[in-house]
Amino acid sequence: MEVSSSAKLIRKASLGEFFDRIRKGGWRIVGPVRATSPVIRREPGETPVLWKEVQALDQLDLHATQTTLSPKELFFPAVETILKYRFTGQKVEIDPLESDPPQTVLFGMRPCDARSLCTLDAVFGWDYHDHFYESRRAATTIVSFVCTQPDDNCFCTSVGGGPGDTTGSDLLLTSVSESAYLVEVLSSKGEALVAAASELFTPATGADDKLSCLPSIGKEPDAAGISQKLPSLFSQEHIWREQSLRCLGCGTCAYVCPVCTCFDMQDEANLSSGKRLRCWDSCAFGLFTLHASGHNPRKTQAARWRQRVMHKFSYLPERLNVLGCVGCGRCSRACPADVNLKESLKQIVEIQG
Amino acid sequence: MATMIETAKELLQLGTVAVVVGYEKGSGTRRRALFLRAADQVDRLVLDERCAQNLAVYLSKAEVKELGRPAIVATVATLRSILQLASEKQFVEGQAVFIAIGQSGDARVLSKLSEIEEFVRSGSSVGGEKSDLEVGPTEIQALPRAQRWEFWQDELSKCIRCYACRASCPLCYCKECLVECNRPQWIPVGAHREGNLYWHVSRAMHLAGRCIGCGSCSEACPVGIPLYLLNAQVAESVSTQFGHVAGLKADATYPLSAFRPEDRESFIK
Repeated sequence: MEVSSSAKLIRKASLGEFFDRIRKGGWRIVGPVRATSPVIRREPGETPVLWKEVQALDQLDLHATQTTLSPKELFFPAVETILKYRFTGQKVEIDPLESDPPQTVLFGMRPCDARSLCTLDAVFGWDYHDHFYESRRAATTIVSFVCTQPDDNCFCTSVGGGPGDTTGSDLLLTSVSESAYLVEVLSSKGEALVAAASELFTPATGADDKLSCLPSIGKEPDAAGISQKLPSLFSQEHIWREQSLRCLGCGTCAYVCPVCTCFDMQDEANLSSGKRLRCWDSCAFGLFTLHASGHNPRKTQAARWRQRVMHKFSYLPERLNVLGCVGCGRCSRACPADVNLKESLKQIVEIQG
Repeated sequence: MATMIETAKELLQLGTVAVVVGYEKGSGTRRRALFLRAADQVDRLVLDERCAQNLAVYLSKAEVKELGRPAIVATVATLRSILQLASEKQFVEGQAVFIAIGQSGDARVLSKLSEIEEFVRSGSSVGGEKSDLEVGPTEIQALPRAQRWEFWQDELSKCIRCYACRASCPLCYCKECLVECNRPQWIPVGAHREGNLYWHVSRAMHLAGRCIGCGSCSEACPVGIPLYLLNAQVAESVSTQFGHVAGLKADATYPLSAFRPEDRESFIK
């Protein structure tokens, strides 16, 4: 794995100073924070890790395998108001909301999530440009940390990624020794951050071997050919039924997924005014494709599960040239019924003929 | 003394049931639901303290119903859900049989509702002891009201309205949930403060006197909201005010829709 010539080093002991200088430079910092509750006694490793705005480095959990919810909520929130309106007599006045997000640094991304931004960019910009998404994207700098503790649910290497992948990051930090991070500066946004604290960085010596610091994530399943295989499996209903028998039809997998983007529009209004909200939605819900006529083209959970797999691994690659999965494993970790996507993909890959 | 596996095998081989709904090893240390139709695969079945998911939830899933008459490997929680479902006319005796493990470790097949009531009364079973219920409702109730409100605002702010709580609950069997009605939109769909509060309070109220406390909703929640606390508080209130506990009898009347002359009216001042 080639490390760019502009790579730098920063001492781990200086990370806190770098953090503070970013804030002093006017950026808002959002990062992974381990949830605690004054009342609920859960072991630290069992509590969720959520994206929160932070004021100090020590508020962050940079060692958690993964956040519970993906960072998509920073660009595409679970609920957002997209316009307001007012009735005055017969007239409707619409107030389309501007989107002017603050300059933000996401401090503590993982390479799989950074990669997910490429798919989100494709979906939110393929014909209509979603200015809510794109303005937040433009205002955000991604500082990622190479994974040190993947778990059995991770399968980034099967879908074109890896624990040290640079795609989508502005800065990528690898722990190369007990005392230092290798810092790959991957964009002008990354350069701007480094410039805010330039004396904390020294040039990388070339002796720092990033590759040897990467955890090993076996390519399992080998999902390379899956997009070609899927169309022929569409009508083999027993596959989809067996894989989804225990699925309860909630929205957890879609909501924790970094690249799921389906949404529902909802108006909250009274007789004189209202606002229009965009809310997350999931193709796993029974009513997702229910027509006003009463017909539902995806009446069974099996049909909805098939849709989920096809959308991610067949339709998105075919239409937008991006994969709809980065192998982060969140869907499998969070699923209340233990439907495991990595396992399901393995089964599909192993189907003969 | 028959084991669960021997019992399951016999039920399948004799054709008494078309499917055994039980637990098997899942991802990592997890357990997951198994819909076993082949008698020669019975060794996949497990039952231990990690088997906490309430399998009664699958009784209302169309694709599981299509498999045919089931035998369900049942923890006490599952059996109490069945009794509550029977009280609500959602379960008919004979629709399924249950493989329950007595305290001596022997597996019994329960088919009559009276047998299920008896088994639940005797309190004998294994399976599903690992529970997320670290904090009792009284600890929350002991907090001053303002602090309790803070606590819930904080917890509910994590809610993303995935409805894993609803999907994992055997008593949430409505074909169209209250929140899916949009004329009128009783409960705001958006995962904001107001919507989340309305949703969780509504669900807790709809489960008043019906929730049997399996904790599956809290286990299912991807962001770790201790939903069981809401349900436990409501259950305690129903118990105190109406003397009713859910899931003990197959023909219980529902206290919130049944009038008795002895019902307290102390709230009328």
